[in-house]
Amino acid sequence: MTDTTLQYAAHGHGDPHHLRGLQDSSLGHEGPAPKRIVTAYGFWIFLLSDIVMFSCFFAAYGVLLRQTAGGPSGSELFDLKSVAAETAFLLISSFTCGLASIAADVRSARWYQVAMAVTGVLGLCFLALEAREFADLVSRGAGPTRSAFLSAFFTLVGCHGLHVSAGILWLLTMMAQVAAKGFREDVCRRLLCFALFWHALDIIWVGIFSMVYLLGSAV
Amino acid sequence: MNLLDPQGPVAAADKTILIDSVAIMLAIVVPTIIAILAFAYWFRQSNPRAQYRPDFAYSGRLEMVVWAIPTLTIILLGGVAWIGSHQLDPAAQVPGTGSPVRIQAVSMDWKWLFIYPDQRIATVNSLTVPVGAPLQIELTSASVWNVFFVPQLGSMIYTMNGMVTHLNLRADNEGTIQGLSAHFSGDGFPDMMFDVHVVSPLEFPNWVANTAKSSQVLNADSIKKLMQQNIEPGKPTFRLEDPRLFEDIVSQRIAPQAGPKLTTNAAQSYLGAQDAR
Amino acid sequence: MLGKLDWSAIPIHEPIPLVAAGAVLVIVLAVLIWAGAKGYFPYIWHEWITSVDHKRIGVMYVLLAMVMLLRGGIDAIMMRTQLAIAYHSPGIFPPEHYDQIFSAHGTIMIFFVGMPFVIGLMNLVVPLQLGVRDVAFPTLNSVGFWLTATGALLINISLVIGEFARTGWLAFPPLSELSYSPGVGVDYYAWSLEISGVGTLVAGINLVTTVLKLRTRGMTYLRMPMFCWTTLASNLLIIAAFPILTATLAMLLLDRYLGFHFFTNEGGGNSMMFMNLIWAWGHPEVYILALPAFGIFSEVVPTFSGKPLFGYRSMVLATMAICVISFMVWLHHFFTMGAGPDVNAVFGIASMIIAVPTGVKIYNWLFTMYGGRVRFETPMMWAVGFMVTFIIGGLTGVLVAVPPADFLLHNSLFLVAHFHNVIIGAVLFGAFAGYTYWFPKAFGFRLHDGWGKASFWFTFVGFYVTFIPLYAAGMLGMTRRMQHYDVAEWRPWMIAAGVGTILMTIGVICQILQLAVSIRQREELRDTTGDPWDARSLEWATASPPPVFNFAVMPNVAGEDAYWLIKEKAKRDTLETREPDYRDIEMPRNSPTGFVCAFFASVTGFSLIWHIWWLVGLGLAGAFATFVVFAWRDHDEYVIPAQEVARIDRVNIAERRAAMNMAETPA
Repeated sequence: MTDTTLQYAAHGHGDPHHLRGLQDSSLGHEGPAPKRIVTAYGFWIFLLSDIVMFSCFFAAYGVLLRQTAGGPSGSELFDLKSVAAETAFLLISSFTCGLASIAADVRSARWYQVAMAVTGVLGLCFLALEAREFADLVSRGAGPTRSAFLSAFFTLVGCHGLHVSAGILWLLTMMAQVAAKGFREDVCRRLLCFALFWHALDIIWVGIFSMVYLLGSAV
Repeated sequence: MNLLDPQGPVAAADKTILIDSVAIMLAIVVPTIIAILAFAYWFRQSNPRAQYRPDFAYSGRLEMVVWAIPTLTIILLGGVAWIGSHQLDPAAQVPGTGSPVRIQAVSMDWKWLFIYPDQRIATVNSLTVPVGAPLQIELTSASVWNVFFVPQLGSMIYTMNGMVTHLNLRADNEGTIQGLSAHFSGDGFPDMMFDVHVVSPLEFPNWVANTAKSSQVLNADSIKKLMQQNIEPGKPTFRLEDPRLFEDIVSQRIAPQAGPKLTTNAAQSYLGAQDAR
Repeated sequence: MLGKLDWSAIPIHEPIPLVAAGAVLVIVLAVLIWAGAKGYFPYIWHEWITSVDHKRIGVMYVLLAMVMLLRGGIDAIMMRTQLAIAYHSPGIFPPEHYDQIFSAHGTIMIFFVGMPFVIGLMNLVVPLQLGVRDVAFPTLNSVGFWLTATGALLINISLVIGEFARTGWLAFPPLSELSYSPGVGVDYYAWSLEISGVGTLVAGINLVTTVLKLRTRGMTYLRMPMFCWTTLASNLLIIAAFPILTATLAMLLLDRYLGFHFFTNEGGGNSMMFMNLIWAWGHPEVYILALPAFGIFSEVVPTFSGKPLFGYRSMVLATMAICVISFMVWLHHFFTMGAGPDVNAVFGIASMIIAVPTGVKIYNWLFTMYGGRVRFETPMMWAVGFMVTFIIGGLTGVLVAVPPADFLLHNSLFLVAHFHNVIIGAVLFGAFAGYTYWFPKAFGFRLHDGWGKASFWFTFVGFYVTFIPLYAAGMLGMTRRMQHYDVAEWRPWMIAAGVGTILMTIGVICQILQLAVSIRQREELRDTTGDPWDARSLEWATASPPPVFNFAVMPNVAGEDAYWLIKEKAKRDTLETREPDYRDIEMPRNSPTGFVCAFFASVTGFSLIWHIWWLVGLGLAGAFATFVVFAWRDHDEYVIPAQEVARIDRVNIAERRAAMNMAETPA
């Protein structure tokens, strides 16, 4: 250390840029946030990044909407009744997921497992309908390799379906965790993250059935 | 191929903007660099004459100046950019003497095909144009992206399969200049250089007539031979039998060129021994 | 059974990659045998590979970056040698090999040198500067590092098994589609980036949450060091931009693997969409690299000038402005695609606007030096070198932001010189400055200053000797990625650039020698105070290296330049003899989760590339199982008892006091 540090001992007054007004010194800052808040915050940020990724697929769908390469377009392909059923399954599963969160809050393992099981079943019903739709399209020669429009459709809807599948894997894992460890603090943090994930998938589905199925049927 | 030696109005205007922009910025950058070196040197620790001001960490007036300098520079350059982008839009017609020459350029792997639809001829890797006439170039690609670029005539533009881009140029001096592709397109990419012969307005129809006597004919069938992945060593010329050839490539009635066939060793070249010149 | 993989994947007929791979194999084996013989494996496993300590992970990131710098640099040497020779000549490398070299050079330098270097420094320093014990998600931090290492591993494997992409570092379609790139090269490229992209995203989430939610008492936003602000801005960009890269490469992979038509010529695909998407990621990416470098200089310049940073508030404003505007300029990478004058002009002007906050930063550093007592140790040399070099690079950048100028210079060597000017000037110089500045904090001894200065001068001069000729060649019409050329005017510039490359190589060798000499002479270079540079922020309040818990008691921050205040107070009040109130400290346990997860990711990536589908399934199952095992652990923290904390802290305080007493000479 140099000895010049001694000469200006009087100068350190902590506000060289005259920021007194802006520094919230009255509010202060209490220190690092507790773990539950930090975990939820980080997971929200992950969800935002996932939404950015989905928005790329939405953008690609929008750009390639009319690129049917002489093949079928949305209005010829989409079965809106099936879409309505899928939407119902997913929305109700969000509700039952909410019930599971409440059960976890009151520490009722039984109701938690029931609600999660129902959520999982509803999710599987959604996936089954979606798989049937995809298989049907492929058998009619309207698979993802037929045109750019269909590539974009299958990718966007399929990416959502993959997320739901991963969500069901996670759901099963959380059911096992609660069964094995009870409502320990770290398990509860993960339940919070799972619930956020499941609800976010619902929101994305709302985007999909609006933009892909409803708008796509009009082309 | 010197950008600073333009042979046409587009290149000349591009060059003017380039030099003016650099000059405007140097007016700020040079004093700043001098100040950086000067302050670093003067305020070095071993200089007893430099005044130590450890509290000098904020100055409102200095902030205003510091934000203003780049802002004003950018406002000036922004104006240059706006006006220049509009005046030098590649799709904008360029005035000239004589009737415009329409050229349809197709980039292939790895050569340039130039179709003259009005003159019913086509050339490979060689462009001949009359001096002073407006050149209206439509461009597409038979395979992957390329960029048509004649540095001394001006602006470059992408070529993309299934799409048409437009470029308008004019050559103001007779002679031979060079063009190239400015977007990497595969193993034979460096060989996509082409000549641009700028000839007098009297010489041009002679050249057209001679080329039209070519023994080789270009149509949808013979073009398939060109659309194979190789380097074209000569500069063949053709009589154009099918004037709709360019549209057929754009609409993909003539399918895009095929890529390489994979040999057993995934890294082996499909050009064989084509890397010696 | 093994998909597309067979013996023909090994380049037996190509001597250069074979020799290179052989050399690497020998070196790696030698290092492993030496470490094994000395009994280092348990130490390396327990203290480094399974570590969740941000300091250790930061060091590993930087080590990865420096090793990959050698590989990327050798690629550069090969490129410049080829271009110096290949006038009317095929040169040394045939096109199919040369095309892989320049593609690998770009990919490695951006993704496996630039990114790990800045992420490593941010990881090492930010929790210390914020006065806290670790980042928000320590185990996730380890996962992120090891996934990045997986990406680097896959690229290096492509040297020996199969080939790398031959498309350039951004793999534009249609060239990168299956029909025009049927080999495994583009698959290596894409899967490597998809996997390491997950790692980068994880680091982004971690650091944003840390800066926003984990600061010590009293550290409001406007009391954070500038490096933390640039960390925040850069990682917000990572979170917003990297998903775009993930999505776009996924679309390309779907085209290649399943015959989709996102970007193909046939079926209605739109290759222009790839350009838009990839550059919507690509432009924020360069600011992800540059902003932490700016942050590093915002730490180095005040410290070595003995003054606070000038214009802190406008620096914060400028940083966040750059963060936002960087998302609005992407089209300037393809002005020549023909979007029309209105679109081109708007994006050109937006690109210039981003030069304003950047210019403001330069002036703030300039006025930080004004009125200071500037000490020209190695980090400050890099800082001044950066200021001069980056301004020139910025000038050429604003130049090509003018569309008509870009119509002449797009894809030319002028452009290549521009982006190397800004990346080397900011990111590489910043990385070396940060490395030298924080090395004593990480390891407890300084780097040898003489060798540091030698490295600086060779790199600085070498940079100009290499790249000014490239500016000239670009003005003479030469375009990038040419394997050979016949234009006589270009040749002298290519040779000159080759000479410059030799100088830069010597600069890198000096860095290596500096490290070796410093380790040898570490006792003379030992830092006992924890504050070798008389610096201003909280990381210098800890010992060098800090204990695992960073701070025995998390500091209470009263103002900006928190550590400077502490030092001032200590001198005024004479050193406090009252001991702080030591408590037990809980720290996260080390975990092999990151390493094991990355192992399965490597297996999955490799088998995806070679179409070994059963192995893909196994790899994915293994990765999932790793997370389940991690979720099942009952003890994720361990306790350091208060007496142990007290003991460690007392030793540090005593050392620091002794060093300060020695330094205080009577007035």
